[in-house]
Amino acid sequence: MTALAAFLHRHPRLRLAGLLSAPTAWLVVAYLGSLAALFLSAFWTTDPFTSDVVRIWSLDNLRAVVTTDVFRTVALRSIGVAVAVTVIDVLLALPVAFYMAKVARPRHRRLLVVAVLTPLWASYLVKVYAWRAILAEGGPLDWVLRPLGLGSPGFGLPAVVAVLAYLWLPYMILPIHAGLEQLPDKLLEASADLGAGAGRTFRSVVLPMVLPSVAAGSVFTFSLSLGDYIAVQIVGGRTQLIGNLVYANITLDLPLAAALGTVPVVVILLYLLAVRRSGALRSL
Amino acid sequence: MPAQPTSDTPAIALRGLRKSYDRVEAVRGVDLEIADGEFFAMLGPSGSGKTTVLRMIAGFEAPTAGTVELAGRDVTRLAPFERDVHTVFQDYALFPHMTVEQNVAYGLKVRRVPRAERAERAREALRGVRLEGFGDRRPGQLSGGQRQRVALARALVTRPRVLLLDEPLGALDLKLREQMQVELKEIQRAAGITFVLVTHDQQEALTLSDRIAVFNAGRIEQVATPAELYERPATAFAASFVGTSNLLDGDAAEQVLGERGTFSVRPEKIRVLTGEDAAQPGGGDGGDGDAKLCRASGRIAEAVYLGETTRLVVDLDAGGRLTALRQNLDASATDSAALRGARALLVWDRRHNVRIGEAA
Repeated sequence: MTALAAFLHRHPRLRLAGLLSAPTAWLVVAYLGSLAALFLSAFWTTDPFTSDVVRIWSLDNLRAVVTTDVFRTVALRSIGVAVAVTVIDVLLALPVAFYMAKVARPRHRRLLVVAVLTPLWASYLVKVYAWRAILAEGGPLDWVLRPLGLGSPGFGLPAVVAVLAYLWLPYMILPIHAGLEQLPDKLLEASADLGAGAGRTFRSVVLPMVLPSVAAGSVFTFSLSLGDYIAVQIVGGRTQLIGNLVYANITLDLPLAAALGTVPVVVILLYLLAVRRSGALRSL
Repeated sequence: MPAQPTSDTPAIALRGLRKSYDRVEAVRGVDLEIADGEFFAMLGPSGSGKTTVLRMIAGFEAPTAGTVELAGRDVTRLAPFERDVHTVFQDYALFPHMTVEQNVAYGLKVRRVPRAERAERAREALRGVRLEGFGDRRPGQLSGGQRQRVALARALVTRPRVLLLDEPLGALDLKLREQMQVELKEIQRAAGITFVLVTHDQQEALTLSDRIAVFNAGRIEQVATPAELYERPATAFAASFVGTSNLLDGDAAEQVLGERGTFSVRPEKIRVLTGEDAAQPGGGDGGDGDAKLCRASGRIAEAVYLGETTRLVVDLDAGGRLTALRQNLDASATDSAALRGARALLVWDRRHNVRIGEAA
């Protein structure tokens, strides 16, 4: 063993190769490979009678995605849902993360992190079906809201946004919490010392400094929302998002499904570029 | 001497101030008045409660008991942003996402000072700390001494009545620290506001302040001017924390000084006679049996050459040990080393003995 270690010590390139070859292979073959396959198949065509993929190059699928009204509406709706989920999660996560990182007693902080992580241990499907039960007519939400003259919103777009916001909330809380932990208490004291109330301190000191963390969290909530189709099927009623279109077309017209599948990829790429341009990632 | 107060109302008055965390009592009853325009130092070892007192004046900590008054107004329950007090933090706490000028202008922005005036006053404040032209940099691009000056400018720009400084020079190297001490003093004089400095560095406290409070274990041991504190320490702790501890007590005190009790003598007050001089019973140039002089014979246990002086630690025949400083008028390092183990006679003026009260 020591002979091997000594040999590797004298050959740093070999050492690096040993460290990185497996993950690199995985990234290139499985990760980028499947992405490339997606792009390629978007340019193929389908035999209308057999539904078999025919390797004839054409831009028809991509053209259809951009020009067909239904596809456009669904794509915009999907982006709208992703934005709404992200905004709701930011608004919920900021105070929670602030409490966890700055207000709670130090020995409670670890427990709170565990508490935020706990929902991630439960199966995705179980959680979404739980929401189906909550939102159902005559369900708990209905029962709670009835005295106020309201009712459950039922299954539909609001339910989709609510459930997705619930599902991805931990992915927003954790990065913001990490960012706030990096923020020295002294800076908050300095701001108060110079005459700033809580609101001013939040706007001028806390928010600018956790913006990179918010951006990081939003990449999760945004992309996860954009790709989801299961929650939509379970609590969305007749709502369709882009994931549902991909799912519906995958057996009948794989190239069209692939073309539809490139939409979220492109949107997320644009989103990442926008985040980068905003400078929010500069201090990561 | 304390600075002339500009009014009779103290800038800061602390009454019966206490602070406990869970089971630990950090501050156990502090009463203190600090005059307007005074440069006041809180001196003590870490954990003595001095920083906690400062944080209670600033409003970062609420006292468990007692009150804080600023210019006669009880502010004990007020938030930091409601107090006309600014703090220079130990690690400066500059906002890393703002430029130097934005940092300095922050207090003005919060007070809704118009933008043009804000920029003008921020530049003026930066000029005051000799950082003209640094306004567009980020704190991360500055050296420690420059950051320190930005923190000062940021705290002074709104012209508070009181400035609190928490170990402001602690992170600087010796040369820079000495230079900043001079600047601090000048800035305080020019601004004419009350400075409260927390430090564990006795030299810094002695150099800068009009008065010093010596903290120990959550209490104040003594409040005095630097000269008083050095020449007339009230307690054994004050004597040992400020300057070198040189205590005589019990039998040694009775034999050497003819009195019982605990006494402090500063090392530089003691003349050390060695060789032939030490053998003369009269010793030195004072006449025989001079009642004004104290004498003690002993053996030199340690001789350390310090450049300007040599530090001699002498084990007294009467018991106990005293440290004395000898000017290196014509002595060299080798001469100092040769003194180890030699007999010595220590002579000092009786009026330099300070009787120490029992530690509080």
